[in-house]
Amino acid sequence: MIRFQDVTKEYPKTGAALRGATFHVRKGEFAFLTGHSGAGKSTALKLVYLADRPTHGEVRVSGFATNRMAPSDVPRLRRRLGIVFQDFQLLEERTAEENVAFALEVTGARRAGIGPRVMRVLTQVGLAGKAKQYPRELSGGEQQRVAIARALVNDPVVLLADEPSGNLDERATRGVFQLLRDINASGTAVLMATHDLDLVRSLPGGHLIELQSGEVVFDSAADPAAEEAP
Amino acid sequence: MSLVLRETVNAFRRAPLLSALSVTTIAFSLFVFGLFGLVAVNIQRAIGSVSERVEVVAYLKRGVPVETVTLALSDIDAFPEVEQVTHVTENEALARARQDLTEFQDIFQDLEANPLPASLDVRLRPPFRDADHVAEVARRLQSFAFVDDVRYGRDWIEKLDRLRNIAGAVGLAVGAAFALVAIIIIGTTIRMAVLQRSREIAIMRLVGATDRFIRAPFLLEGLVKGALGGVLALGLSAAAWALIDAALLRSVFFTPLQAASGVAAGALLGFLGSALSVGRHLRGV
Repeated sequence: MIRFQDVTKEYPKTGAALRGATFHVRKGEFAFLTGHSGAGKSTALKLVYLADRPTHGEVRVSGFATNRMAPSDVPRLRRRLGIVFQDFQLLEERTAEENVAFALEVTGARRAGIGPRVMRVLTQVGLAGKAKQYPRELSGGEQQRVAIARALVNDPVVLLADEPSGNLDERATRGVFQLLRDINASGTAVLMATHDLDLVRSLPGGHLIELQSGEVVFDSAADPAAEEAP
Repeated sequence: MSLVLRETVNAFRRAPLLSALSVTTIAFSLFVFGLFGLVAVNIQRAIGSVSERVEVVAYLKRGVPVETVTLALSDIDAFPEVEQVTHVTENEALARARQDLTEFQDIFQDLEANPLPASLDVRLRPPFRDADHVAEVARRLQSFAFVDDVRYGRDWIEKLDRLRNIAGAVGLAVGAAFALVAIIIIGTTIRMAVLQRSREIAIMRLVGATDRFIRAPFLLEGLVKGALGGVLALGLSAAAWALIDAALLRSVFFTPLQAASGVAAGALLGFLGSALSVGRHLRGV
């Protein structure tokens, strides 16, 4: 599903954000990328959704070798991903349902099918009753649910979440995390960057990848044979 | 396509003040260009009306048979430079002199014989009313055996040429400068609109919208803003012209074709400004 092979990402000003990272997130898996801030979690996610390209190494996502992808092919990959951020990234002047519908409209979905699909995902995240409300009228947890609904509406193969609970209180965090687990249970892989170890511990079967200064220092699913391969 | 239209309308609705500001800015930069255009059009017209007086006159020797002149007339009329050639007989020349030169009325009354020669008055087509072409036509007229002398105001035409060249060069330079300023202002205005919606653009990209799709509403928005700015600028120019025409000096306004071209140029500038701004933004993120 997502495979990092000896990936290094260097930035001209700040130096290496990832150093020789190798890990593999399988289909249907719930994986955590953990580590302190600056450990390289967000950089790793950016390489997955192609906001950046690796300096060395290879990143493969859902069958795409991202290193060799032409810029014009990037949208094709992104349509297979759902992305959720700490700051929700909602459009303030659009209602919840318009924010979700936006993801379908701008990717050329047929107009007739948009309404039902939007309501389906808003129901899935528990916000069917707040479809007409604007982000400013919703709580942080609800805004993040709208963002998750937007990420889900294109039926992604993997949901990427970059500190999705970073701006939420504990109760909202639990609610959002449970939602991500439900989504995962229905077959969508989830790769979540978080520094909240309590969340990680609450899902014992999850795949844990720990980063430190850009290096993978622990991988609960590491295959020693794969690591020794050239 | 309907989504592109809807997004364009929404862009105006969501940021009415910024949109109005963009249209007004575009309108004023085009208005300045329009005023310059009005000056250029009027100078061109003035030079054009002076050029209409450019004429080559070939004086004929006495006693040339009418058939010879008639034959030559059709030859001369076939010159590509020639708009019209008129045969003025000796009697017509005298009649014309009597009419035009009233102060010499007495002299004309006392004449026993007509001293004025017949002539061929040659008017040139507008593109050939410059010194070089006039001299060339004069040379060809002189080669006819029955032509005694050829006259045209050489100095006067050369001065007209210089004036035309200077007006053309100044017009081109000032026009290009005004156009450049208009392009920069319009580009900056549209860049503001793009930056204002950078978050939207970022989200569009994240959910997998193609750059072409992202660009489309901005291009249409730029086109509409440019056209609206053009219409507003045309209105301002018309008002300014009406004021000048009534209070200062008689002048002409743009022809409908020129006016439509101005609005179309506004739309094109808006479109290109958007294309540049969005393109730069998309490359930068």
